[in-house]
Amino acid sequence: MKIAARTRDAAPRRRTPSAFDVDRIRGDFPALHQMVRGKPLVYLDNAATSHKPRAVIDAVSHFYERDNSNIHRGLHELSERATAAYELARSKVRRFLGAEDDHQIIFVRGTTEAINLVAQTYGRRHVEEGDEVLITTMEHHSNIVPWQLLCEEKNARLIVAPISDSGEILLDEFEKLLSPRTRIVSVVHVSNSMGTVNPVKHIIGLAHARGIPVLVDGAQAGPHLAIDVRDLGCDFYAISGHKMFGPTGIGALYGKAALLEAMPPYQGGGDMISSVTFTKTVYNKVPHRFEAGTPNIAGAIGLGAAIDYLESIDHAARAGYENDLLAYMMASLSRIPGVKLIGTAHDKISVQSFTLDGVHPHDIGTILDQEGVAIRAGHHCTQPLMERFGLPATARASIAFYNTREEIDALAAGIRRVREVFA
Amino acid sequence: MTTELSALYQEMILDHNKRPRNFRRLEGAAHHADGYNPLCGDRVTVYLDMEGETLREVTFEGSGCAISKASASMMTESVKGKTRPQAEALFAAFHELVTGQKGGFEGADARGAAGPAPALGKLVVFSGVREFPVRVKCATLAWHTLRAAFLDRSVEKVSTE
Repeated sequence: MKIAARTRDAAPRRRTPSAFDVDRIRGDFPALHQMVRGKPLVYLDNAATSHKPRAVIDAVSHFYERDNSNIHRGLHELSERATAAYELARSKVRRFLGAEDDHQIIFVRGTTEAINLVAQTYGRRHVEEGDEVLITTMEHHSNIVPWQLLCEEKNARLIVAPISDSGEILLDEFEKLLSPRTRIVSVVHVSNSMGTVNPVKHIIGLAHARGIPVLVDGAQAGPHLAIDVRDLGCDFYAISGHKMFGPTGIGALYGKAALLEAMPPYQGGGDMISSVTFTKTVYNKVPHRFEAGTPNIAGAIGLGAAIDYLESIDHAARAGYENDLLAYMMASLSRIPGVKLIGTAHDKISVQSFTLDGVHPHDIGTILDQEGVAIRAGHHCTQPLMERFGLPATARASIAFYNTREEIDALAAGIRRVREVFA
Repeated sequence: MTTELSALYQEMILDHNKRPRNFRRLEGAAHHADGYNPLCGDRVTVYLDMEGETLREVTFEGSGCAISKASASMMTESVKGKTRPQAEALFAAFHELVTGQKGGFEGADARGAAGPAPALGKLVVFSGVREFPVRVKCATLAWHTLRAAFLDRSVEKVSTE
């Protein structure tokens, strides 16, 4: 597990003492402290969505209670406040991703919309009949279907790079699939089903050597890794707020300035124009060109608060704690007879998929739920990946930095319970 | 195990999950249909052979959770030898058992004429499903697929109960 050190634009940080204080962290998350089915909640479905710290909930409430107004148009005090808060949030996202300029950050609903935006603007402009889009076997449906739609429209081909049995991209095979017809590579940074951390910097290097741009799906990287888009060199990077302790319905797309400037608009409407007549409309500048209509202002402000919160915690200490917890979870699960771990990449974080002999993952999910343990069971929106492993579904436990070893013990006890029921 | 859980995973359900009955492809079946629940990925194929109006043979294949597999297995046993209207009336009664509601699914109205509700027999072991709304679709997937097999069509998406 490697964590890229962030050297540029680092926000001022409150350094915690060397030990990571999980009790203090847990105190920041109101939803963690509740009983479910008569048992204390053990929330291990963080890859689906994360819980929100008080600071995020307060930031959203504060906006609606005090500053609520539309942005970029009102001449009044509230609109000025709302606009300033929204644009400040953009600046926080820019800093979080390590980008140069706020204009490179486009607010979207989430990673899914970010990828659709690139496919429908950059993609439609550059992909022609017979061209290729290269993805990998471990992509989430949101990094498959937008490209399929594009390829169907353009009569282009979607090419899929294979992975190993442990859940790692086969880089030699990947490199061979970069062809003179490849117009864009779109690859996930961290697999939502397996936790694999892909060597995206290396992949970007391979693609750039052939002049091919790369989009990185960072939905699962946001809550765990220190992201630096300039160090990675990626052309586009997408994140979702709700995966990284922010609100739902807000996310961001980073793009290289030259690419964004040259891209046609995504949706038409208010705020994305500078002038409209019935004969000609002049589009607004980047990023507003891509943000038609009143955006999710409160969501953006909440995402900014989530970033402030994350940056208030020492990243190395947090990553160390999470990695230790993942190792503990993998060891605990491995000791249970009949459990098979799916996704055992050398470089992985936060997520463990597994199966239990003779028991369908949904039955595992239902029985664990009765114990207050929340996991995900199913295909995790990665059906082609499930097919690669010959599985209809897996159970998946995914951690955040607020989880504890005691919660992993509750998970393991719950799975032993499942074995008893199905003995 | 909690009361709800032991009511859901009754012995008979666990047994049919482990040793599903009529779990095979029926070569040369007169009718078949594929059922798929995209939410959880459960798949089932139901095969039928009719003798006049009577279901002479019913088998299934597929993958799914214990509830869906046991439900398919016990369905095949329950509908064998019944007429199509009798099988549909049994589905209506089963549907009511697992949802606690009368009707509420495609084709439910057609059952009004079938007379008094048929005896569910051992299918009552599925009554515990009612306490687990998200699992209702697991219990009814095979039944929806049986109905589709009468019409030789696929159940791409099982209706939300």
